[in-house]
Amino acid sequence: MKENNQHTILKANQLSIGYKSKKAETVVASNINFELQKGQLIGLVGANGIGKSTLLRTLIKVQPELSGSISLNNKDLRSTSILELAKQLSIVLTEPLTSKNLSVFELVSLGRHPYTNWIGNLTEADTTIINDALVLVNILDLKDKKCYELSDGQLQKVMIARALAQDTDVIVLDEPTSHLDMYHKAYILKLLQKLTKETGKTILFSSHEIDLAIQLCDTMIVMQKDNVVCDLPCQLISKGVFNSLFPEDLIVFDDKTGSFRVTK
Amino acid sequence: MKTNHTYSFIILIAILLFCFVLNISLGSISIPFSEVFESLFGTTQNNTYDIIINKVRLPKAITAIMVGSGLGISGLLMQTLFRNPLAGPFVLGISSGASLGVAIVILGSGLFGGIFATALISKWSVVIAASLGSFLVLLAVIAVSHKVRDTMAILIIGLMFGSITAAVVSVLSYFSSPEQLQQYIFWGFGSLSNLSWEELLIFFGIYAVGLLLSIASIKGLNSLLLGDNYAKSLGLNLKQSRFIIIVATSLIAGTITAFAGPIAFIGLAIPHLTRQIFKTTNHKILLPAVFLFGAIVMLICDSIAQVPNSDYTLPINAITALVGAPVVIWLLVRQRKMMF
Repeated sequence: MKENNQHTILKANQLSIGYKSKKAETVVASNINFELQKGQLIGLVGANGIGKSTLLRTLIKVQPELSGSISLNNKDLRSTSILELAKQLSIVLTEPLTSKNLSVFELVSLGRHPYTNWIGNLTEADTTIINDALVLVNILDLKDKKCYELSDGQLQKVMIARALAQDTDVIVLDEPTSHLDMYHKAYILKLLQKLTKETGKTILFSSHEIDLAIQLCDTMIVMQKDNVVCDLPCQLISKGVFNSLFPEDLIVFDDKTGSFRVTK
Repeated sequence: MKTNHTYSFIILIAILLFCFVLNISLGSISIPFSEVFESLFGTTQNNTYDIIINKVRLPKAITAIMVGSGLGISGLLMQTLFRNPLAGPFVLGISSGASLGVAIVILGSGLFGGIFATALISKWSVVIAASLGSFLVLLAVIAVSHKVRDTMAILIIGLMFGSITAAVVSVLSYFSSPEQLQQYIFWGFGSLSNLSWEELLIFFGIYAVGLLLSIASIKGLNSLLLGDNYAKSLGLNLKQSRFIIIVATSLIAGTITAFAGPIAFIGLAIPHLTRQIFKTTNHKILLPAVFLFGAIVMLICDSIAQVPNSDYTLPINAITALVGAPVVIWLLVRQRKMMF
């Protein structure tokens, strides 16, 4: 296979995710296996409540894995310190910013924190990286705006620029297209695709935009009730994975167009 | 942008120096500026002025600077940590703890008699009681912050400490004599005067440790602006940073309350005022700016409280509230929304 010259960045092995309390263990999903390659755009899809966020939270080390392992750049996530992790993986979350009083430049420059000194002084190299990130996402003109002045779409771009400024191999985004209109949904996902091509970063995002993801992603992870599949979008279609994603009483998947339509 | 801030800082430092000299020169007896300078540099011929300045006014002005800057900075730390524009240095229940300590010493003496009664008048017993009170609350808050993951829960627990203290204080007041009640109320007015140089030295020591810890937290505070999860993803050790910020606030606000009483509004208003004027959220700029603003406002408040050329001294707490509350209202009306 052509994978020989590729380089695995993020790998899940027999991973089981969920919540652990003193009394019981709630398993959300288990037996998850995938290998994500360098420079790929990966979409994570699945119905509401299936565990997409739990999987992402586990991958970014916000909550511990129940069993199995995750390895980032061939190193087990459990033995990666948060500072090491900060240099290899950046995130864009759905949670609102604590302070919207930050200017765009200030916000993006926070992405340099893992590299700056104790008080966070930006070197010239840091400033160049920040400006490059702003240019890549096409928001250089917003540089001095305050975050409360931005639209949802602009703010999402700023958050992506911040993740880029963190200069990591992997960027993980949790539903980057929620709250956005149809145009901006496509715009953001297209932007992510461009970034993987131009920067060689691996970008993993969860989304409900299955149609768009099928068209743009290199690989997709589909979460279903009892199994998690990771494959190329066309393979997933021919395997009929999307047909069983939702109950078929309202919407059905059309293999030919690669999209869902409402049943008559 | 950078030079802009440099100018602002130079202007602020100049204003601070001016207010410092003004504060020393004003009082029941006005001392001319020239005499103030001569006394500060030790070249004065006038003994009366020299004694007034060295024994009374200079310690008071230094206290004002430490109280104003300290309350401003701890307010800033709390607002960022708790993501709440209404947070102030006392949200952790520090002043409540101090009040409880002082209430037990002053009001409880009637109830318990004996040893407490003899300690009644001593100022040190008040300082020690206030320190012990705020220290115990601090320990409780730290213990809770280790157990509880949610930052908001700590805020509510701080408020609950406040309610408990208020309840105990009202029970104690019910059993105390009018004189004791008056003494307790006077403590609550706050006071910047009557600190000796030795007391100032202790005050400064603890204050300086708190200040250094705050400076060390600058980077962490900036990443906390994004929220806990983002901060963690930037490599911040959340638990440790939160711990350092809480300890810094407790040390600063705790000593201030112990030596000067519970002084209101400065800690809440100054950080907002500074953000408005400097138009930034970067703590590297905010922290020194809040320091300067806090010190300036406190010096001015104290100059007003002294009522120049009269024998009256108004309660400092009344003046800070009279200055602070309108500032908060003005900010709210101006931007319609409180942001941090």
